[in-house]
Amino acid sequence: MRGHLENIYRLGLKELISLRYDVVLVVLIVYFFTYAVYAPARGTQMDLINASVAVVDEDRSPLSRRLQDALLPPYFLPPAAISVAQIDAAMDHGLYTFVIDIPPRFQADIEKGRRPTIQVIVDATAMIQAGSGANHIQNVIQQEIADFLSLPAASAVQVVTRSRFNPNRESPWFVAVMQVLNNITLLAIFLSGAALIREREHGTIEHLLVMPLAPAEIMLAKIWANGLVVVVAASLSLRLMVQGVLQVPIAGSLPLFVVGEVIYLFSATSLGIFLATLARSMPQFALLAMPVFIVMNLLSGSNTPFDSMPMPVQRIMMFSPSTHFVSLAQAILFRDAGFAVVWKEFLATAATGAVFFTAALLRFRRTVSELQG
Amino acid sequence: MSSAPEPVARLAAVSHRHGSVAALEQVDLVIPAARMVGFIGPDGVGKSSLLSLVSGTRRIQSGRVEVLGGNMAERRHRSAQCPRIAYMPQGLGRNLYATLSVFENVDFFARLFGQSTAERAWRIRELLDSTGLAPFAERPAGKLSGGMKQKLGLCCALIHDPELLILDEPTTGVDPLSRRQFWELIGHIRARRPAMSVLVATAYMDEAEGFDWLVAMDAGRVLATGSPAELKARTASATLEQAFISLLPDDKHRDHQPLVIPPRQAQAGPPAIEAQALTRRFGEFTAVDQVSFRIERGEIFGFLGSNGCGKTTTMKMLTGLLPASSGTATLFGRAVDAGDIETRKRVGYMSQAFSLYTELTVRQNLDMHARLFHLPKEKIAARVQEMIERFGLRDYVDHRTESLPPGIRQRLSLAVAVIHAPEMLILDEPTSGVDPVARDAFWRLLADLSRQEGVTIFISTHFMNEAQRCDRISLMHAGRVLEQGSPEALTRAHAVHSLEQAFIACLEQAAGEKAIPEGASPAARPPMAAAAPMGRSALFSGRRWWAYARREAMEIRRDPIRLAFALFGPIVLMIAFGYGISFDVENQSYAALDRDRTPESRAYLENYSGSRYFRARPALADHADLERQMRSGRLRVAVEIPPGFGNAVRRGRPAEVGVWIDGAAPFTAETVRGYVEGVHQAYLKGLAERTAGSTPRLSPVDIATRFRYNQDFRSVFAMVPGVIMMMLALIPAMMTAVGVVREKEMGSITNLYATPVSGLEFLLGKQLPYVLIAFASYLSLLLLALLLFQVPVKGGLITLTGGAALYVMATTGFGVLVSSFVKTQIAALFGTAVLIMLPVIQFSGLFTPVSSLSGGARIIGLAFPSTYFQRISLGTFTKGLDFGDLWPSFAALASIVLAYLLLSLLLLKTQEE
Repeated sequence: MRGHLENIYRLGLKELISLRYDVVLVVLIVYFFTYAVYAPARGTQMDLINASVAVVDEDRSPLSRRLQDALLPPYFLPPAAISVAQIDAAMDHGLYTFVIDIPPRFQADIEKGRRPTIQVIVDATAMIQAGSGANHIQNVIQQEIADFLSLPAASAVQVVTRSRFNPNRESPWFVAVMQVLNNITLLAIFLSGAALIREREHGTIEHLLVMPLAPAEIMLAKIWANGLVVVVAASLSLRLMVQGVLQVPIAGSLPLFVVGEVIYLFSATSLGIFLATLARSMPQFALLAMPVFIVMNLLSGSNTPFDSMPMPVQRIMMFSPSTHFVSLAQAILFRDAGFAVVWKEFLATAATGAVFFTAALLRFRRTVSELQG
Repeated sequence: MSSAPEPVARLAAVSHRHGSVAALEQVDLVIPAARMVGFIGPDGVGKSSLLSLVSGTRRIQSGRVEVLGGNMAERRHRSAQCPRIAYMPQGLGRNLYATLSVFENVDFFARLFGQSTAERAWRIRELLDSTGLAPFAERPAGKLSGGMKQKLGLCCALIHDPELLILDEPTTGVDPLSRRQFWELIGHIRARRPAMSVLVATAYMDEAEGFDWLVAMDAGRVLATGSPAELKARTASATLEQAFISLLPDDKHRDHQPLVIPPRQAQAGPPAIEAQALTRRFGEFTAVDQVSFRIERGEIFGFLGSNGCGKTTTMKMLTGLLPASSGTATLFGRAVDAGDIETRKRVGYMSQAFSLYTELTVRQNLDMHARLFHLPKEKIAARVQEMIERFGLRDYVDHRTESLPPGIRQRLSLAVAVIHAPEMLILDEPTSGVDPVARDAFWRLLADLSRQEGVTIFISTHFMNEAQRCDRISLMHAGRVLEQGSPEALTRAHAVHSLEQAFIACLEQAAGEKAIPEGASPAARPPMAAAAPMGRSALFSGRRWWAYARREAMEIRRDPIRLAFALFGPIVLMIAFGYGISFDVENQSYAALDRDRTPESRAYLENYSGSRYFRARPALADHADLERQMRSGRLRVAVEIPPGFGNAVRRGRPAEVGVWIDGAAPFTAETVRGYVEGVHQAYLKGLAERTAGSTPRLSPVDIATRFRYNQDFRSVFAMVPGVIMMMLALIPAMMTAVGVVREKEMGSITNLYATPVSGLEFLLGKQLPYVLIAFASYLSLLLLALLLFQVPVKGGLITLTGGAALYVMATTGFGVLVSSFVKTQIAALFGTAVLIMLPVIQFSGLFTPVSSLSGGARIIGLAFPSTYFQRISLGTFTKGLDFGDLWPSFAALASIVLAYLLLSLLLLKTQEE
């Protein structure tokens, strides 16, 4: 046993030295945990920010101006004034996501209680902004008109909504952390798979196999070494990039998250090695791993809500470790959930890892011999 | 020294560096024309660099190179002379295309030189006939033997009747019979075209004996020039090999003495290795066929044969790396078993290529292997030191192995192989690429291990003089052992003078007849037409462009993995995306914390249970329960009704319902908040109806919200057009980048450097098949959208299709652009993916409208074709638009296509650095 552990330790050290001298990989790792976290968090918005809006003001009254002034940053860009004739073309070209049409004599009709109709035209192909933006605009209009008429509150019964875990529903909180998770998956699969393929291409794997080493030792060495690199890089990214630069508060326990991450990395690196045993060369491995990664990432719930996916998709994705990892990470990092809450996800992730590891082990020796053609 | 009037090439003060390594240093050389000129010396002395500079495929760094009467640094001269020069790079079939047949390979080169159909036909027929390849015209180049590959390479080089033929190590690793045939062939060609100059680099001294004029090189310098006889006379040596050794600078051959291996003392005991009818098949192909042999303890046993004859496969079966298809093998009397750790400790193995970790230093490599073999801890340092001393590695202990010269690397490999003091060594071509002095030193170490320590050595080689040193050898060819015995006995049995002749005799016997039909004497054939003036149009030749496009298409067709990825990858991903990415927020779990428990509170909650957006969970007990369930993620929404709610409602007093929403995923939370408001409004409306008996005028204004283009507000109508946009960017760009970079990695990029094909023809030719594949992929995605996802095209179908055609030109063009600054396929794949992901997914308007982007994100989005095709795709699918509305996006796409092409042309190198 001691001998086995020592072998795994030695081989893993070698893995780390090899990685250190692979400049391209090191640069990629740094890129993935810095800029590739920063840019999506800052560059795109999942909630209503900077929505482009145009107003067709056929009334030109104090009230219509007041409505326009109420469309405020950061939710809206300054409203553009357009004419009725321009509406179609502007919307066709995607210049504005929202167009508000204020009819003639709008203020007069309001004051006389004639209940005029104001039109809000929404580009419903802008899936992210359309729904929340339309809501927001309705609220603004109602509010402004109520204030204008100095009406009392419409009803005695009010609803007060509060957002737990992210009070202002700021999307960088979500996007930044999810980017880290996605990049963990990406690097775990590609680093471990590429490490195996590289050894095969350089012939060093044969060298190892004629030594008194078991394939499981060689695999475990790759798993711990590459896993360690990703754990360290991801933890640094959470601390320095997410908490530091992006100023995203993390509610839960980082150590508990790291435990989950370690389990997940066992699973994802095993998957990477398994995929590498299916491929004959580096390009083939990449062609194989790319779709696997994309599916694992997109359908895991780290991009769009998992609950809303069709049931068959949800069932299939239960076999992917990424689904469980995203779920446990969201629970720990956003909702400060403890071990008692997430242990099932821990277990499921470990189970997928065991399956991948076994599959990789079964194929390991065969693929080395299949290399000769 | 010669009567030739004008030399074919003249080099003055030529130096060349690869990174920090000097390949050539201040070389001055005049190469006579119409001769067979040999460049001799071991690997890495600068022969290849020199030949590639002369051929014009490598950029000159310093000094002056004149070839065929002009300066090769001048672009104009180079392209004018290019059709007069033929260059065959080092490596078996390195500039050939493995999946293309013999005929297709030659045909491709003929097309590059702009030959007409008729001219191609007779030229190819003549070349294949004269090289004996005609019967194999349909066989893929990758399935040829080494000797046949080299003949094919020669055909490709000779297709345009060059005046200068440059061959870089054409016979390395080729069996002796094929080697002899190869030189006979060159002899015939020269007899027919006496004015042709031939420059050859070789590591085989015996071949060089037959050349007209030699250049002996070492460490980037020319040691001596002259005919073989002159060189031998100058050094008073009997053989060229000895002459070369004495030409080396003093410090290299000072301690060189002729190698003598003492005779072997027979050892008792069972044989070290015994193989019985060992066979290995790979599919149809039998790599090793019924091989039997027996190696005694302490014996040096050699496998002699060409590349690909089964030596390596046999050795791998003995080490347990490869299971045998049939037959048995025993090591020290125990059957070979892949799981047998104990036997492995008694064997040392050195594989063909250098296979130590190049990032580790000499000491780290030794130390790691000592530990992996579990040498006793206290002895490791001493053993490592012993190896360092014994194998002469002291000066290199802290060097990383990638920087070591080949001779040192090979000694290190041996040191690593014996660090655990094995009883047997299995060495697979350990000396290829090493100079003769280092090779002798290596053999001295082997002799020592065998004779002093009784280590059994099983070694494979393609060098005759090394085979000569073994106690016994097996002659191998095409997976079979032809003969076995001591070198002397084999030579005697065939009544010849050398082992090489004995081997050739064996091969001829095995083949039953000579492989080359010698019948058609070259002189009897009609003379070839004088080199036709090559139609080298200044900028663009449709023929050469088509040659590249056609060839690329054939290659892709024969690579099922790439083709499957290109055609089915988008379909699989589109199904995953189409079903998976949905912004339709539904099925949100909610639970009530009803602290009022009156009919009024239940009436309020009924509005939730009636909504399709919400899914009820059991009621909550208290705040702690609420907190726990929200934390676990089981609960997205919690509705709390305060005590006294019913009372307040009945009396029309203010009351407040509290709703908690899981805000972890902000987008979902925002949408859910809208639903909560909606439910609340519905409740108020119901309440007013019940209390006042009529619909009240809740608001002084009527807000009519119209969801345009997508009335049901369903994700699929917005996402499917976007996914098509994404798929047509990601996969075509990656495929194209790999397609171009593959040529760099496989070595066939040399054909761009060495033939008249221009950068523009090369790039457009490579791109065309990928454009077509991507377009086919577009059609499949369109069908998927229409039939599976039921998303109709409301606008112009032709507009959409035209836009897709333009768009895939742009995205494949992006792949070409990436390929111009990456070197490996893997970097091409990753580089493209990394560079393309952000602009395609985040900045193209797929999720966030481009009108909401700002700063760098917006600029990147606008510079990338995806933004425009997203408009076209969404416009035609969902918005019902046509070309009249979308022409600005077409114009933008077209200019991006042009910009990428121009940039790629600027970045493409038409010479090696």
